[in-house]
Amino acid sequence: MAFLQLKGIVKEFGPVRTIKGIDLEINKGEFIVFVGPSGCGKSTLLRLIAGLESTTAGSLSLDGRDITDVPSSKRDLAMVFQSYALYPHMTVFDNMSFALKLAKVDVAVRKEKVERAAKILNLTQYLQRTPKELSGGQRQRVAIGRAIVRAPKVFLFDEPLSNLDAALRGQTRVEIANLHRDLGATTIYVTHDQIEAMTLADRVVVLRDGLIEQVGAPLELYDRPANQFVAQFIGTPQMNVLPAAALPELTRIAGARLPADGSVGVRPEFVRIGRAGEGIAGKVELVESLGSDTLIHTRVGANVPLISRQSDRTTLKLGDTVGVQIDPAALLYFDKQGRALRDMQQAA
Amino acid sequence: MSSKPVAFPYVRTFFAWAISLLLFFPLFWLGITSFKTESQAIAGDLFFSPTLESFVEVQARSDYLHYAWNSLVTSVVSTILGLLIAAPAAYSMAFFRTKKTRDILMWMLSTKMMPAVGALVPVYVMAQTTGMLDSIPALVIVFTLSNLPIMVWMLYSAFKEVPNDILEAVRLDGATVWDEFRHAILPLTMGGIASTGLLCLVLSWNEAFWSLNLTAAHAGTLAALIAQYSSPEGLFWAKLSAASLLAIAPIIVFGWFSQKQLVQGLTFGAVK
Amino acid sequence: MSRFLPRALMAPAIGTLFLWMIVPLVLTIWFSLIHYDLNQPGEHAFTGLENFRYFITDPDFWPSVLHTIELLGSVIVVTVVFGVGLALLVNEPFPGQGIVRVLLISPFFVMPTVNALLWKHMMMNPVYGVLGHVWKFFGATPIDWMTDLPLISVIVILSWQWLPFACLIFITSLQSLDREQMEAARMDGANALHQFWYLTLPHLGRSIAVVVMIEMIFLMSVFAEIFTTTSGGPGNESTNLSFLIYKQALMSFDVGVASAGALFAVVLANIAAVFLIRMVGKNLD
Repeated sequence: MAFLQLKGIVKEFGPVRTIKGIDLEINKGEFIVFVGPSGCGKSTLLRLIAGLESTTAGSLSLDGRDITDVPSSKRDLAMVFQSYALYPHMTVFDNMSFALKLAKVDVAVRKEKVERAAKILNLTQYLQRTPKELSGGQRQRVAIGRAIVRAPKVFLFDEPLSNLDAALRGQTRVEIANLHRDLGATTIYVTHDQIEAMTLADRVVVLRDGLIEQVGAPLELYDRPANQFVAQFIGTPQMNVLPAAALPELTRIAGARLPADGSVGVRPEFVRIGRAGEGIAGKVELVESLGSDTLIHTRVGANVPLISRQSDRTTLKLGDTVGVQIDPAALLYFDKQGRALRDMQQAA
Repeated sequence: MSSKPVAFPYVRTFFAWAISLLLFFPLFWLGITSFKTESQAIAGDLFFSPTLESFVEVQARSDYLHYAWNSLVTSVVSTILGLLIAAPAAYSMAFFRTKKTRDILMWMLSTKMMPAVGALVPVYVMAQTTGMLDSIPALVIVFTLSNLPIMVWMLYSAFKEVPNDILEAVRLDGATVWDEFRHAILPLTMGGIASTGLLCLVLSWNEAFWSLNLTAAHAGTLAALIAQYSSPEGLFWAKLSAASLLAIAPIIVFGWFSQKQLVQGLTFGAVK
Repeated sequence: MSRFLPRALMAPAIGTLFLWMIVPLVLTIWFSLIHYDLNQPGEHAFTGLENFRYFITDPDFWPSVLHTIELLGSVIVVTVVFGVGLALLVNEPFPGQGIVRVLLISPFFVMPTVNALLWKHMMMNPVYGVLGHVWKFFGATPIDWMTDLPLISVIVILSWQWLPFACLIFITSLQSLDREQMEAARMDGANALHQFWYLTLPHLGRSIAVVVMIEMIFLMSVFAEIFTTTSGGPGNESTNLSFLIYKQALMSFDVGVASAGALFAVVLANIAAVFLIRMVGKNLD
């Protein structure tokens, strides 16, 4: 039996069905990321697991115990809120020891646990400060510390990095990854940022419109997306997806594998830009030089956009004529409903 | 303001000071007159040697402290009573909100909007028939009920300000409803509760309508005492000033501190 | 979450307010339909609408209604106009801004009876009052405010007391005025007057409405100031509706007629209240 099990979870807010039926099994020690566009229900799902909202239907069980109707204060879960939700009138020390105090844990034990967590998070010198005297990054760590101290069954993170600036975000991401490695705690992490998903997760759950689109390891989602939505959601820049009939040259490259009225996808790193005449004819629309990568936006054939990514710098500029080459082995095929056509690929 | 002449800030400062001093003048005059003797008071000088004579006379002649005590008791008791009744209601409306919550709040506010004179007759008759005329309890009841809608409203606003995610965090940390109240809600709303109490203290202390109509010598408040100076005999100006100064000074100070709450409370939150 | 706890918590407040609203109302309606003289307890003959007719045909009735409206109108106009002006004056920082604000709001916290007598005796007394001294200084004969201009005296007293309130409200409202909007307007070529007319005034619209409504509600039942200064006189020159009802009830001891009058006042107040409630309701969430 999985450590955390969701069966048939449905959540309605009045007439609106936000979560439409979710089944998920999470194993002990796993780092699971819920990812998806705004409104897909990922935060709602997290809050359902936390017990901050009640399910309309379905069941939830944790470590063999049915917690569907158990109030959040008794589920033995800890959550790091997007706004950190630190207690403004308490010091960092009190913030972190609050739950233990409520559980009537002995004072000395409390002190020891808080100090240990503070050491891991580099908060020892801030223990007597109040939240308003701390920076955003420090507050974030206090929020995490508050969760660690309790040693709960599951850690829940609700978009914890979204209020940090880019540099701090990258740094904290690494710290969270290290923390998971050291503590080995079961973690559910919600984000809209697919980079966090790719780098932190053992498995990623892609949600759209209240339903799971795909569950799997990050690279599996990248290489073998179950449908067009996942294919275009994961990966920056977005995968190029064209209707099958858009580019006659594609028919030549793909051959019989091309689905009649479906689509074809190819990641920008498999689109190569060469000299005019070497491949499909196209015109450069935009060149984005990121330093480490270069993105070249082109238009080929009858007004079809294709983005290419390469690690070399380029001297191409707007209006240049180029030849675009696509690696046929990297093509992904989707049917009319957007579902990935696996067997077509395997046949190759 | 780039389109203004350079001298504008000075003009503004001058007028602001001039007007505010002018408007404050009557109070200033009251203040200094209270330290004069009656003959100095009539003379109307700005400069004189101050004396506490009038204060002493006021107490001797009209038992000032008795009235002051009544004012104090009625204000404090009605405020405490009001808080005790209003707080649970406000708590319930803020944290256990239902569809009807808004309507109930609106209804409560509407009861405040009825003119006191509308209730004068029945309340007077009731007080008379129950023998409660000129009694402290009657005043306390009337004050409490008059201020209740504002207290509920202000406490409700204070409770609503507690960020929801802090409450959720507290719940996840294992708090019961009582823990939540004691450790999260109460510390964070202490300021709002204090201001609500302060404002109601001010409103009860200054209350004149019921004090004038329902009381006489026994339960009279300062408002009623001072009304006696309406057409007194002999020279009374310094005494009037002394009595008045003591009655209004603490309240003005309270008022300075509760400005923000005043706006919120008296406009029922319509102006932020 | 059980339904019991929330209801139990709200019960005392709702219960007491309900009684406070219903009992006087029912009694007032009852009294207005009977003959009830406080000097003759026990005689409660049913008189139907007689009390209403009596109240309305009282020679003081229409004057008091008129005075109520004059009072209301004047105080509202004065407080709003000067309130806006003062708020604009005091809104931008300048040396001593804090103290000025404190000075400006003080009059509002003065007890109504103190306020009334402060003006009646200290300021307006023609012989010894400050205004009397000022008039004499300029060589004019001092005005006997209470005797010659009773209603205006009351209006002055009330305006002085309520100006701080209006001012405070407007200051609060001005603080939420969007600076960037003003800057955009300046770049579009608007001068100070344009900015005031097209941006500031509309922004203040809501708070002006609130001030007008609140003052209407509280000023309609002005009593203490009149009681302590002019007692409605001379004659009925400064009697308003509130004072008239009081006169009937506690000076003529005619509870029946007074109750009829009270119902009339309540209806008037209701009309103003409906508008205020609507405005507050919009702002509630």
